Amino acid sequence: MLSMQNLSKIYRTETVETHALRDFSLEVAEGEFVAVTGPSGSGKSTFLNIAGLLEEASRGRYELDGRDVSQLDDRARSRLRNEKIGFIFQSFNLIPELDVFDNVDVPLRYRGFGAKERSERIARVLDVVGLGSRRKHLPAQLSGGQQQRVAIARALAGEPRFLLADEPTGNLDSQMAGSVMDLLAEINAKGTTIIMVTHEPALASRADRNIHVRDGQIVEDQAPLGLAAAAGG
Amino acid sequence: MLRYYLKLGVLSIRQNPVLSSLMTLAIAIGIGACMTIVTVHYVMSGDPIPQKSSQLHYVQLDSWDPNSPANEPNDPPDQVTYLDATALLAAGEARRQAVMYRSSWVIQPEGDDARPFEADARSTSRDFFAMFDVPFLYGGPWDRLADDNAEPVVVLGRELNEQLFGGENPVGRQLRMNGELWRVTGVIDDWMPVPKFYDVTTGAFNDVEALFLPFTTTIAREVYNSGNTNCWKPVPEGGWEAFVNSECVWMQFWVELEDRAARDAYMAFLDGYVESQKALGRFPRPLNNRLRNVNEHLAYQEVVDDSVNIMLVLAVLFLVVCLLNTVGLLLAKVTRRSGDIGLRRALGASRRAVFTQYIIEAGLIGLSGGVLGVLLTWCGMQGIRVLYRGLDFIDKLARMDWVMVGAAVALAIVSALAAAFYPTWRACAIQPASQLKTL
Repeated sequence: MLSMQNLSKIYRTETVETHALRDFSLEVAEGEFVAVTGPSGSGKSTFLNIAGLLEEASRGRYELDGRDVSQLDDRARSRLRNEKIGFIFQSFNLIPELDVFDNVDVPLRYRGFGAKERSERIARVLDVVGLGSRRKHLPAQLSGGQQQRVAIARALAGEPRFLLADEPTGNLDSQMAGSVMDLLAEINAKGTTIIMVTHEPALASRADRNIHVRDGQIVEDQAPLGLAAAAGG
Repeated sequence: MLRYYLKLGVLSIRQNPVLSSLMTLAIAIGIGACMTIVTVHYVMSGDPIPQKSSQLHYVQLDSWDPNSPANEPNDPPDQVTYLDATALLAAGEARRQAVMYRSSWVIQPEGDDARPFEADARSTSRDFFAMFDVPFLYGGPWDRLADDNAEPVVVLGRELNEQLFGGENPVGRQLRMNGELWRVTGVIDDWMPVPKFYDVTTGAFNDVEALFLPFTTTIAREVYNSGNTNCWKPVPEGGWEAFVNSECVWMQFWVELEDRAARDAYMAFLDGYVESQKALGRFPRPLNNRLRNVNEHLAYQEVVDDSVNIMLVLAVLFLVVCLLNTVGLLLAKVTRRSGDIGLRRALGASRRAVFTQYIIEAGLIGLSGGVLGVLLTWCGMQGIRVLYRGLDFIDKLARMDWVMVGAAVALAIVSALAAAFYPTWRACAIQPASQLKTL
């Protein structure tokens, strides 16, 4: 499903060379819910950006859905991103001048769907996130939790195989964070693969698999204790 | 997607009203200043009779002083002598030919209270009207007999007809000029070639004369010209007879030649004519005749003044400065919206899609700048009219047509697109991951 082999990412300036990822290898199977944890600067976000085709690795091989993406041009990468990947950001990243409907509509526009199909998909995902009645609201008229639900609806509208979440509850209080995590679990249960970067062990524990990253390398890759115990019987 | 991009463009303009207004204003001011000068230049340098300009030719014969040319470096005089004009007319070698000069007349309207007034007339031959496609409101030109017999007949301009006959059909009625009655054969409709190509010696942007008279009739009445007269020899004493038989140049001569072969043939005829005159002791300079079509003649006469050309260059430079400002403002705007670009890229927009979106937004700004620029151009025209009020030709120059309006808007859009190209291209070239950090 997602396969990274010996990926490296080096940021260079005139005087400094920073290794954000070093020989990073990872396999994620279809339907997994993977939490990625690690201290600041460990390479979590770089990994997520490369996984989401927002950035290119300096070295190594990355296959998404069996396809080597390292040689793709911008147009092909954009199409792949649009069709297979949904993004959820910590700060929601909604477009302030667009209402809820139009925000969810953005990736569908680039997908080239007709008006009817777009409208049906938007209505469906807004119902899933419980915001069917807020379609004409602007982001500023919604609470943080509602805004993140809109962002999740936007990520889901194109029915992606992957959902990449970067600290999806980082800007929410614990109650709202819990409800967003419930929603992600629900989405994962329906078969969508989720990779979530988080600082919070409690949230990471809700994933099937925890990966800990430090200095650009995976230092731990295991199922959370609860899940491991359940699996072990 | 075009409608979607247009919608996003409008939203973005509303979202950043100050920046958008500044860009619109920068483009509009540049376009306004540039188009004001361009319009004046366009009118001044336009083809006044495009359907025939290549067929109408102005004749110049070098009858000048053997020791110095009439015009540097070695050009013949701008006009011809009476002797040559009448000889060429009599030869009738061209399809049509018109001899002409400007004269001044005192018109005495009917009625006890009506006061006499002065009007400019063009003395010419009847081919003038057909050669220059002069439109008639009533009647037509005088007939050939009137030319041959020097009859007192007149063609009025529309304005003069309104003044004298209340705009009614005056054909057949009489008009008193310089104490003599003249019969009206026609009234010309609105006709205002710009530049007034048929006689630039009396001002390329002056009004068309108020009336037209047979050249033979005014010559018979010994009516002097009210235009330029240039002589390289002293005029011998003897009044009118001496004047018309002198080497002074004061008449214009035009011929209509249908094609290149006709032109070459007429040029050969002119050279032959001059050779025959040399045998009679005239034309002491080497053979040096000219036959220029309308546009060649206007270019030779430098109807568009150098100062207007310099102003045109300055206006274009000013537009460039305004556009550079717009580039700066667009750069600021695009930089401010790099997060939006990154987000759209993350959601599946290709570089090309984002580039198109931003270029269309710039096009919208250009369109509004163009519309505002047209208004400013109109204001500029009014400013020119106020500045030079009293000069008749300004009304003709300071006038916008649909071509210029369209050109202004198109120039504004193209300018805005050009200004947007670099900032947008730069923004789209950045990896979306780094732009997302700015959100």
